Amino acid sequence: MYRVRFGDGYGAAMNDTKGASTADRTVPRDPSRFEDRFAARATGIKSSAMRDLMSLSERPEIISLAGGFPDTESFPAEVYEEVWRAVASDHRASSLQYGPTEGLVELREAICRLMAEDGMIAQPDGVLVTAGGQQAIALAIRTFIDPGDIVIAEGPTYPGAVPTLTTYQARVIHIPIDSHGMSIDLLEEQLDLLAAQGQKPKLIYTIPNFHNPGGVTMARHRRERLVALAADRDVLLVEDNPYGPVRYEGESLPSLWELDGGAGGVIYLSTFSKILAPGMRIGWVAAPAPILRKMNLGKQAIDLCSSTMSQRFILEYLRRIDWREHVGRLNAIYRSRRDAMLAALDQHFPGEATWTRPEGGLFVWATLPEYIDTGELLARAIERHQVAFVPGEAAFLDGQGRNSMRLNFSGAREDVIAEGVARIGAAIEAMIDLQRALGGGR
Amino acid sequence: MSGPRRVAVLKGGRSMEREVSLRSGANVEAALRRLGHEVIPVDADPSLVRTLRAERPDVVFVAMHGKGGEDGTVQELLEILDIPYTGSGVQACARAMDKVMAKAVFANAGIATPPAFAFGESAFRELGAADALMEIETRLGLPLVVKPAKQGSALGITVAREPNDVPRALMTALSFDDHVLLERFVRGREIAVTVLGTDDPEALPAVEAVLSGDFYDFEARYTPGMTELVAPADLRPELADEVAQTALACYAALGCRGFGRVDMIVDADEQVWVLEINPIPGMTDTSLLPKAATAAGLSFDEVIERVLADASLGG
Repeated sequence: MYRVRFGDGYGAAMNDTKGASTADRTVPRDPSRFEDRFAARATGIKSSAMRDLMSLSERPEIISLAGGFPDTESFPAEVYEEVWRAVASDHRASSLQYGPTEGLVELREAICRLMAEDGMIAQPDGVLVTAGGQQAIALAIRTFIDPGDIVIAEGPTYPGAVPTLTTYQARVIHIPIDSHGMSIDLLEEQLDLLAAQGQKPKLIYTIPNFHNPGGVTMARHRRERLVALAADRDVLLVEDNPYGPVRYEGESLPSLWELDGGAGGVIYLSTFSKILAPGMRIGWVAAPAPILRKMNLGKQAIDLCSSTMSQRFILEYLRRIDWREHVGRLNAIYRSRRDAMLAALDQHFPGEATWTRPEGGLFVWATLPEYIDTGELLARAIERHQVAFVPGEAAFLDGQGRNSMRLNFSGAREDVIAEGVARIGAAIEAMIDLQRALGGGR
Repeated sequence: MSGPRRVAVLKGGRSMEREVSLRSGANVEAALRRLGHEVIPVDADPSLVRTLRAERPDVVFVAMHGKGGEDGTVQELLEILDIPYTGSGVQACARAMDKVMAKAVFANAGIATPPAFAFGESAFRELGAADALMEIETRLGLPLVVKPAKQGSALGITVAREPNDVPRALMTALSFDDHVLLERFVRGREIAVTVLGTDDPEALPAVEAVLSGDFYDFEARYTPGMTELVAPADLRPELADEVAQTALACYAALGCRGFGRVDMIVDADEQVWVLEINPIPGMTDTSLLPKAATAAGLSFDEVIERVLADASLGG
């Protein structure tokens, strides 16, 4: 009959003498070996069904509107070749060498010129080159946030900032957005509420232009109020502006950095990912000197310096090409794709749904009837309709956003976008039908 | 035991448990290499058949979870290709993966399982099944566990505490599968027994998942430190024996092979209720199988070697 075995541990000691013939050192012998040793920082990032589900969106038969990829196909091959050739012939040794932590001085000067074109005054000494905008965010957070410190962020906020905020154990308070960006009235209320409890946020993290994922742009008067309010309450603003030049309609608005006028109330973050290409992994921070010094030390501890090869590439690129022309080409592509998405949403999404109409950037944020959980919708959409998007929950730290979703239009052709939106529409329809059927039971 | 073999480890695939399977697969591959086998990692994709034909493995270790890998589909393909594979055969997988079918098998074998009703989505959308919810709640009582019929890792499972929670819970479960199960919620200790072997299977010591919330959900399962796993579970010897015999009875009733894990609840009266059987138990860092093995004095590698030794065709 069946034997039943109960542990006595003595077998384990015997096994140890056996030894591995071809040791595989990447996977421990006891898979659960490290389980109870991870730092609180590392365990804060939870395994989630959602993240696992998202990985299915890479399947070839799935139309994914989940990505946030800028277009790199349109980057001219001859330019790419020419720039690399220049780097190879003129900067061979230095582009293979370490560089200063703060970044090459020529690049910091170029960044200041870029900022000046948008009305922002910065000095090369006030700029730190980072490994993409993501590192700029991480450095800002790690420089200021101890576990439990308060960070104010838009609700929704950048999904890529969520794990960073979680890692540094920030207490995040979301301020709702509308079509004009973050509600400054609600922000003021929240600051009052905190002040009444003797508390103050360390940072206000905001994406004023073409919000990811919100798709909205903060109105001028709100920018002015925000800068004044933050100064009045002595709270630092972190302005994340990856999409500024990716505007295809309307007039560009002054940045918070510009409105602050050098008063030291703003940490400004940007990147070459959208104006050149994300593969460069080059972004930057402009900030008051004492802050920049701390961030510099933080960066030193992490990676010494950003890729000198990428920095050289960017410099040679900027020297040869009018980058605004490249961005102009991209913007024409994105504009047409955005229009395709908005048209498809009109056609395929239910009357109860609402969505943003971005003037730039890469994303539309759609909100569905309250009873539709977009995490569940995603499971259904991937399995039965072969389409994926980012569920709204990924853009919050407190579980909000369950009936919203982020849709990307920069990474797919117009016909694919139309088909993808139609498929999501069909999945929503099925859930609405089901809700009706289930609601009828009572 | 036979000597070194050429082993294809099937992992990934397109189920919602793809990522979990990749983690299981990585652990299996490492163990097989340590055991001296030649390992061919294979992410199950549309070129699976061609890959297997080209690679000509002696045997396939199926480390897939969920639809496609654990429901008999991949097993059927391996039968056609005539390559011996680990774990249960086509029929046992198909029955085990479908919680509705598995419950019927258990009931026939006299194994206690919480009473339940099952529906397809069309029953709600086309036949007004929602009008019968009141009767279901009366017959089963509240709270109710609402779960997709074919989904692993507790995906899409929720507990409905009051009548108003039931439609919401059904929406959730139906997002993960066309068929759902409404099951009486049995409060008690979460016990899992890993079974090893084929002709003469043995039950490894029971593992108890001690958690703060009401049930062992996806995040609790795969986040280190979120659930305390106690192995062996602290059970009276008679109860430990009953739990083991119940697991073996389930395993036999379904005709499982190689290995499997039976999840159950032991209620306050020490009644043992079987919830489900997993024909390919998780082998990730936080899974129960490595815990059960350690409690049995077996290394993870030994478990993998034994599962591999039982690989066969048919059934």
